[in-house]
Amino acid sequence: MTALLEARDLVRVYQGRKGLFGAAAPVRAVDGISLTVNAGETLGIVGESGSGKSTLGRMLLGVDPAQGGQVLFKGQPMPAAATPEWRALRADMQMVYQDPLAALDRRLTIAAQIREPLEIHRTGTAADRTARVAQLMESVGLRADQADRYPHELSGGQRQRVVIARALATSPDLLVCDEPVSALDVSIQAQVVNLLRDLQAREGLGMVFISHDLKVVRNLCDRVAVMYLGRIVEEGPSERLFADPQHPYTRALISSVPEPGRALDSRVILQGEPPNPARRPRGCAFHPRCSLATDVCRDQVPQLARVAPGQTAACHHCPVTPDVRAA
Amino acid sequence: MTLATSPSDTTTPERAPRARRLPPPAVTFGLTWLGLMILCAIFADLIRPYDITQMDLSARLSPPGTPGHWLGTDELGRDVLSRLIQSVRVSLVIAFGATLISAVFGTTLGFLAAQFRGVVEHVVVMLADFQAALPFLIMSLAVLAFFGSSMVLLVCLMGFYGWERYARIARGLAISAGAQGYAAAVVQLGATPRRVYLHHILPNVASTLIVSMTLTFPEIILMESGLSFLGLGVQPPDTSLGNMVGFGREYLTNAPWIMLGPAVVIMLTTLSISLVGDWLRDRLDPTIR
Amino acid sequence: MIRFVSIRLLRALITVLAVMTFAFVVLRMSGDPAEVLLGPDVPQSVIDAFRAEWGLDAPLWQQYLSYLGAIFTGDFGVSMRDRSPALELVLERVPATLMLTIPALLLKLGIGIPAGVYAALHRDSAVDRGVILLAILGFTIPSFVLGLVLVLIFAVTLGVLPSGGMGTWQHAILPAITISIGGIGILARFSRSAMIEVLGQPYIRTASAKGVSWRDVVRGHALPNAAVPIVTIVGFMVGSLIAGAVVVETIFSWPGIGRLLIVSVSNRDLAVVQCILLLIAAVMVVSNLIVDLLYGWLDPRLRAQPAH
Repeated sequence: MTALLEARDLVRVYQGRKGLFGAAAPVRAVDGISLTVNAGETLGIVGESGSGKSTLGRMLLGVDPAQGGQVLFKGQPMPAAATPEWRALRADMQMVYQDPLAALDRRLTIAAQIREPLEIHRTGTAADRTARVAQLMESVGLRADQADRYPHELSGGQRQRVVIARALATSPDLLVCDEPVSALDVSIQAQVVNLLRDLQAREGLGMVFISHDLKVVRNLCDRVAVMYLGRIVEEGPSERLFADPQHPYTRALISSVPEPGRALDSRVILQGEPPNPARRPRGCAFHPRCSLATDVCRDQVPQLARVAPGQTAACHHCPVTPDVRAA
Repeated sequence: MTLATSPSDTTTPERAPRARRLPPPAVTFGLTWLGLMILCAIFADLIRPYDITQMDLSARLSPPGTPGHWLGTDELGRDVLSRLIQSVRVSLVIAFGATLISAVFGTTLGFLAAQFRGVVEHVVVMLADFQAALPFLIMSLAVLAFFGSSMVLLVCLMGFYGWERYARIARGLAISAGAQGYAAAVVQLGATPRRVYLHHILPNVASTLIVSMTLTFPEIILMESGLSFLGLGVQPPDTSLGNMVGFGREYLTNAPWIMLGPAVVIMLTTLSISLVGDWLRDRLDPTIR
Repeated sequence: MIRFVSIRLLRALITVLAVMTFAFVVLRMSGDPAEVLLGPDVPQSVIDAFRAEWGLDAPLWQQYLSYLGAIFTGDFGVSMRDRSPALELVLERVPATLMLTIPALLLKLGIGIPAGVYAALHRDSAVDRGVILLAILGFTIPSFVLGLVLVLIFAVTLGVLPSGGMGTWQHAILPAITISIGGIGILARFSRSAMIEVLGQPYIRTASAKGVSWRDVVRGHALPNAAVPIVTIVGFMVGSLIAGAVVVETIFSWPGIGRLLIVSVSNRDLAVVQCILLLIAAVMVVSNLIVDLLYGWLDPRLRAQPAH
């Protein structure tokens, strides 16, 4: 079976800002990432800010071109951005943004904005579109009387519902959500997450869910990939990965989430500076902050390797960690 | 799960308060005067007491207040009021046409620069450099003097005035809209650049552009009247405000009313647009100077 | 910094070249100077001889190249009217124009900036409102109207100042005032808004909160920062020292560059018009360049950025 979305060795390098005389310092925002999303599956991508996860999200949609590697959607290579083929493909793949107010046109009513993709892709008659907008609004939990409101007249959660409804208008097969709840009040986050989970079940959507919030990811995702400085350091089924993280970075991330019934002092505290993509350490990028780091870590970049069924990690020390199970 | 919204989700933020205050007296005056001028331009043919070329040689250089010629007559006995009304029409039509051309031209270039960056952007910057290097009056003078003056050429030439202001604004706003905001989102929906610019970016930057038009408009009136004053703008037998001042200058000592009428109209009109423009800027767009 | 300066220099050169090309295209495309200068009743042989003499019979691109070549060797051609070198004719008019524009510039700076700063420091006072109104009035009055009104009052009615021509220093008073009024209005308004913007910045509030006296805050922090945007406008005014008096020189019959331009334009004296256009553009480009560099020096953030 062909995967819904497949990425192979994606690379994206930004030219760093030039100093007065200095040479450009290239920033490898995404550095050789491969991943697969199957139809109806949700892949979570977690990492700190600066790990390149938002760039990866845009590359998966073909918005940012890949400088190396390839994205395949339903087995076909992604057309170049802004070509007619690329535009037509937007009906099948959509995006939900971190800041819904910025993603909406403040001069158009929300009904007009939800309707927009239908007009762009010339779906149905005018009456069909009106009906579809009403149906979409209902399915994301917006009231019919809110149709004529403007974005600034809604609350943050309602705006995000508008963005989701707009993204779903053409019944896409893939939805990339880039930090969709992190700009929302905590009380509203759960509602939007529940909405997404509900839609995912109902519509059979494949989803890439980018977040730094592990609880949300655990709640929503079938599989999780952990990113550090442009690379995936660990990937695996959500249950396994949270229950038995292998990579020291994943462990640190997971233990930093407070959990009832666990003593705080058992946490693995991340030391050192947060990652700076412009100054990527040699060898394993995580070694300056890793308690297990040895000479090999400072010298050689570890490759992703199978550490358990369906679970891979990129760490020189993973295979020898005592609790690794026979693969 | 039911998708019913919780109370916290339904609290609608109050609609942006928009004070419906009356405009200050200076602005009221400006609006009234502009309204009057626009009516004057539209209905010039109806309200003009005489034809602009109709001479009354027995009543040459009559002072204002003469019955039948309330603003007096000129050296050929032509009615100053009638000529003034026609001049308002001509000057406003030129300024309005030129402002529109300038706005459309500048905005288009700005959008093109934002969309394509690179070479297109450099070309636009070069054009703006050129415009900044040669004062507009001097450039127009050279063009008009050597090509001869016609209404169409005049409007087109004036239409190049101030385009770089629109280009700069349109480019800046389009880039910021495209970087992280609604424009990028609409592109991701599959919209063509045409749709993005015309349906989304243009309506969003329209208020800023309109405010810029209130800056350009009086400047174009001044430019046109300056050229006409020098004898290179609107040509007789047609008449414009600057052209009236230019010819009236000969009779400055014994018949100053020929020149003062149009002079006052030019001043009040540009003043009114500036006052109204300032007020609009404060209300619509506090971010630009 | 080197990159910044060289990019600006390159842009300035390109601009001058564009103005040269513009002057050439407009002047050559617009009609045959032979017919205009010689009149309609001249035999064809005379016209041909005239064309050959002035190089008007060569193909246009050849004329263009020899035109550029001549300019780069400092040869701006000869006036078709009186056969004296165009550059000489133009340069001898420069002092007359500067006699008007330099005092006018001093008036603009000396009145416009203090008025604007004072209005900003006394925001919303009666003085502030007065300054705003006068400033708007200042730049909405066309210079030809203002000039004529001043003549009407001071020369015709009161008879205290001459109405035109060049002679004693009194002759320069009315034209210089006429030129300066618009600029005073623009500078007053611009300095006011620049100053108000600076006064609203957090570092000003911080400085006054730290107990620095208001006077020192204004002198030490607000004025230097407000100066940055004002420099642009002043640079533009310096750039138009040569070009800014065309209308006013016409009104007051002042024998400067502006009058020469108008006269040459109506005589179709190609060489002189070209020379004036290039002189005006060169002065403007140089002053814009200086402003750009000054700006880079005043505002270090701009130095490292690319050209636009």
